[in-house]
Amino acid sequence: MQVPAQFEYERATSVAHAVDLLVKYNGAGRVIAGGHSLIPMMKLRLARPEVLIDINEVGELAGIVRDGDELRIGALVRHNELLDSAEAAQLFPILVDAERVIADPIVRNRGTVGGSLCQADPSEDLSAAFSALRADAVIQGPQIRRTVPIRDFFVGPYETVVGPDELLVELRVPVRPGSGSAFVKVSRRAGDWAVGAVGAAVWLAGDVITEIGIGLSALGAQNFVAVEAEDFLRGRVVSAEAFAEAGRIAAEHCDPPVDQRGPADYKRHLAATLVARSLTLASHRAGREV
Amino acid sequence: MDITVTVNGRQYRRTIEPRVLLAYFLRDELGLTGTHLGCDTSNCGACVVWLDGLPVKSCTVLAAMADGKQVRTVESLARNGQLDPVQQAFIDCHGAQCGFCTPGMLMTARWLLDRDPDPSEERIREAISGQLCRCTGYENIVRAIRRAAELSNTADDDGSSAALAGEQRDEVAS
Repeated sequence: MQVPAQFEYERATSVAHAVDLLVKYNGAGRVIAGGHSLIPMMKLRLARPEVLIDINEVGELAGIVRDGDELRIGALVRHNELLDSAEAAQLFPILVDAERVIADPIVRNRGTVGGSLCQADPSEDLSAAFSALRADAVIQGPQIRRTVPIRDFFVGPYETVVGPDELLVELRVPVRPGSGSAFVKVSRRAGDWAVGAVGAAVWLAGDVITEIGIGLSALGAQNFVAVEAEDFLRGRVVSAEAFAEAGRIAAEHCDPPVDQRGPADYKRHLAATLVARSLTLASHRAGREV
Repeated sequence: MDITVTVNGRQYRRTIEPRVLLAYFLRDELGLTGTHLGCDTSNCGACVVWLDGLPVKSCTVLAAMADGKQVRTVESLARNGQLDPVQQAFIDCHGAQCGFCTPGMLMTARWLLDRDPDPSEERIREAISGQLCRCTGYENIVRAIRRAAELSNTADDDGSSAALAGEQRDEVAS
């Protein structure tokens, strides 16, 4: 039997109310949504918040909406909602690829997009996927609502730029023509964290890569991104050779942790292979075979 | 804190500590011990119940989060002494060995079949991929869920089992 330490429970009814509660409890309050990271941590006493602020009833945070040249994904969107979203599947198949292999179907009924990003686990698949897509995070504080590129969102393992009195509201993913995206993951068991995972997004004009995003998860990449490999590819023509070289560069610049999921050299090899593989699939989806 | 939760169509009011998890609430406060607690870390799925119509791992949901909501547990499956087709199929196919994972498996199976009355083996395996069984090697569980689909589809012809399943859903939804 595992039971969290005692805490007070508040149910927020709106974004403003949630932020008011965060201000009121002055750093002692912690936001909870799906709870599938926080509750196990509280049971193990790795987390011991004095107050839980439940945002599950905050309708403003739910929903996936196309808004002009952006897809807006609410922080409270459950993993299965994103997985089942026809709009997301059509615009950003990388998100569907990733959601299909995040945890298991029952956990995906409960866990949220925003919660996964705020947890900032170094092995989080969505962190790599949204980084590849160059999404923006919208964060509400007591005074202002600010927008932060997701690539500046992660401060380090389990740490983000969201302040103690702030709330992640939504992700905004830019919709631009000529795009293709894909996510590939290697894990030891169904529903497990990645040994290594890579998300790639390409934006093409003809055969030329005009913009590129490569996100790495569990592979020790700074801010989840392979910047050097992106710089190499930008402006080049899509080809198997260029993608293989991008993989080599990404592998060289990441720093995979040695753990029970494998040694560093194996994970580096995995990084190179998965970068090339995800780029190939992303290009295919953008209409260019390599 | 005071919460009101509707479980299997019946409303319960209780005063609880906020840290009480839904699985413990069901078992210890309401005496509904059909829901099992295995790993207590949202891995094994023995504790799966429905929360507002969606299967969740109740060891990782606060009872406070179920305030004002509908919960459905394994106790709701059999009606008037008649087993739900998934229960009958688990018996027919020997889908339960020690029985520990069975309540969670049954709740996921019922949910899957409500959404997809004729699921492929692959779809069944995906649906139960968040649930652990240490006895059967899953073969008989997958077979049982297929069998339940066949039982339900056959019953559809005379309407009896489908009507029963519909009645259960209505009660939970009301």
